[in-house]
Amino acid sequence: MSDLEKFRSETRAWLAANCPPDMRLPLEDDDDRFWGGRNAKFKSDGQRLWFERMVARGWTVPEWPKEYGGGALSREDGKILRAEMRKLGCRSPLDSFGIWMLGPALLRYGTDAQKREYLPQIARGEIRWCQGYSEPNSGSDLASLATRAEDRGDHFLVNGQKIWTSYANEADWIFCLVRTDPAAPKHLGISFILFDMKTPGVSTKPILLISGMSPFCETFFDDVPVPKANVVGELNKGWEVAKYLLMHEREMISAIGLGAGRPLGQVAADSVGTEAGVLADTCLRADIARLEIDAVAFQLALERTGDRLKAKQANPAISSMLKYYGAELNKRRHELVMSAGGSEALEWESERSRHGERARGWLRTKGNSIEGGTSEVQLNVIAKRILELPGA
Amino acid sequence: MALILNEEQTMVRDNARAFLADKAPIAHLRKLRDARDAEGFSRALWKAFAEMGFCGVLVPEALGGSGLGYVEAGVIMEEIGRNLTPSPFLSTALVSATALLRDGNSARNGELLPKLAAGDLLVALAVDERTKHAPSAIALKAERSGNGFALTGDKCFVVDGHVADLFIVAARSAGAPGETDGLTLFLVDAKAKGVEIERTIMVDAHNAARIRFDRVQVDADAVIGEVDRGWPVLEAALNVGRAAVAAELTGLGEEAFGRTLAYLKERKQFGQPIGSFQALQHRAAHTFTELEITQAAVLKALQMLDTDFERAAMFVSVAKARAGASATLAVQEAVQMHGGIGMTDEFDIGFFMKRARVGQELFGDVGFHADRLARLHNY
Repeated sequence: MSDLEKFRSETRAWLAANCPPDMRLPLEDDDDRFWGGRNAKFKSDGQRLWFERMVARGWTVPEWPKEYGGGALSREDGKILRAEMRKLGCRSPLDSFGIWMLGPALLRYGTDAQKREYLPQIARGEIRWCQGYSEPNSGSDLASLATRAEDRGDHFLVNGQKIWTSYANEADWIFCLVRTDPAAPKHLGISFILFDMKTPGVSTKPILLISGMSPFCETFFDDVPVPKANVVGELNKGWEVAKYLLMHEREMISAIGLGAGRPLGQVAADSVGTEAGVLADTCLRADIARLEIDAVAFQLALERTGDRLKAKQANPAISSMLKYYGAELNKRRHELVMSAGGSEALEWESERSRHGERARGWLRTKGNSIEGGTSEVQLNVIAKRILELPGA
Repeated sequence: MALILNEEQTMVRDNARAFLADKAPIAHLRKLRDARDAEGFSRALWKAFAEMGFCGVLVPEALGGSGLGYVEAGVIMEEIGRNLTPSPFLSTALVSATALLRDGNSARNGELLPKLAAGDLLVALAVDERTKHAPSAIALKAERSGNGFALTGDKCFVVDGHVADLFIVAARSAGAPGETDGLTLFLVDAKAKGVEIERTIMVDAHNAARIRFDRVQVDADAVIGEVDRGWPVLEAALNVGRAAVAAELTGLGEEAFGRTLAYLKERKQFGQPIGSFQALQHRAAHTFTELEITQAAVLKALQMLDTDFERAAMFVSVAKARAGASATLAVQEAVQMHGGIGMTDEFDIGFFMKRARVGQELFGDVGFHADRLARLHNY
């Protein structure tokens, strides 16, 4: 047996023995996710056990180094772990912007002290992070951001406002883009800083969305003092860190293109019925099959992109392609979820509809092609950085 | 297995790319078409294919072949797609060779496969009978007769049917059209009594034929696979054909897109390259994305044929459906973005559109494979 096959069979056995049965069921709603942080509460014993066992093994961040709480797996082993978790239906033990976004940026740009301080906290789910990027007047043109950090000798003083800050009201710390040199051209005067959301002067206000939910906040900074040691990367070179992190954010958002929960064909069968073994609604069936073809291909493209990046055969801007496709795919999927559900999926408040779960989920996906750079911005990036079209 | 080509596969691709660009670029197809060539392909080129080891790509080395896998066959198809090269590679070296190899009749293979690998034997699969691909609906009758069977019925869209030495004919020996049980595959000499061949020149200037079988007598040893149980071998050959056409369409789509991209950078209107206009940039970026996603699906299908043949069907359908759709997008955008010149026969881009249309239909279009995927997933 090759080393990889040995790892696969050991991993399969370990997951089978250690992943509690209720952690192998599809997520029923967003509440089933565990985000960690100072105020984290487990929804069930199974969720706690699963989290603790995975933390102990370093498998909340399987490919990070051991010294930072990771599992030190190779990329190949990491792929096997993810595949085996998928096969068994294992839920993610910990959802985290620290894992998906900040961690990779710290691994690349952080000082030794920063890595030792923050990475293990992320791996163990102790600190929940949020992302301070967009501002009311800086959306697609992110580099025009105006939140400023003034040099006050031993610290910075931060003033300004962020918007669309996901879960800011539940986060412990923020990674934030601030302007540290107002005189420099817009990309060259930005720094990437970290601070505690409990610092005096920080306040948040949830934004009610079309889904009736408030996953995003407005975040205000009023004379917030931030230690100078909390700059990641060089002063005024935060745009480089920001872009690197955005690549990981795009990969994270593209992963939603994979979908979750029960296969759509089965959901539709329950709803519209079958005739002679095929969905009674033949137009819906064709739409679902076309979507599934694209979803399978997309999953393979994610895998292939990882393999190509590792073999240095791909342009790093390829993450824009995956983000674009994954976001559009997820929007298509949820249009079909609504279509399969018919009038029942339109119920907004009933117990039967789990308080409009499908409708709210559908409305949430409309943000997929806006957050993390709009689909149009991704197409711009592809045109400029990959296709090298002029003047883009 | 990583979803990238390994070193040997990359070498095969590079060799095929250099060879085809040199010996069989689009001008080669245009010349055959304009000359109304009787065979529609070049025997000399086919001999060169044999020397490159392409004809016997799947044939074991002991039988004079190259003993390579489906990924290698696929990368050759991709280069064929880039150059729109007409040849019996798909029908003979991939589809028919697979049927013979899956059957495993060693005496027959020992006789036929060395000839096939040497480029001295052309074999075509006769499966379709209707305007749309529907292999389970096969109705061509195989009736017990003498020491074997008598075949009666019509086949169409038989790729390379007008030049083949042998046909692999899918016939109904039992059951009713619509059932996968009751099919039998027969190896039939193209010169047998009662075989009537009509070459059908297609929109893409590639080669196909309609074939009428009128009480064609075959011996019992002409059966490939088992009597009444021909479906697994037929499906195996078709799956290989589907993945191979998907690979061809991938190369075709990428080449058409590459030419379009170059044109966007070079063509000027309103004093600037038309590729600087965002309306075209976004469409180009979208087309690029669709082609990239397809690449992954096609490589996976080819890898599955090599490593887990029996579980490849779903991936093959995904690959064929994706390749048909993304190649169609690429050629439509290619003609539109080239503007008026894209509509002229003198300019090559139209050839890509024509071949993509044929490739889309061959062995099942997007609708066929979407239906197949839904059935595989029980809805």
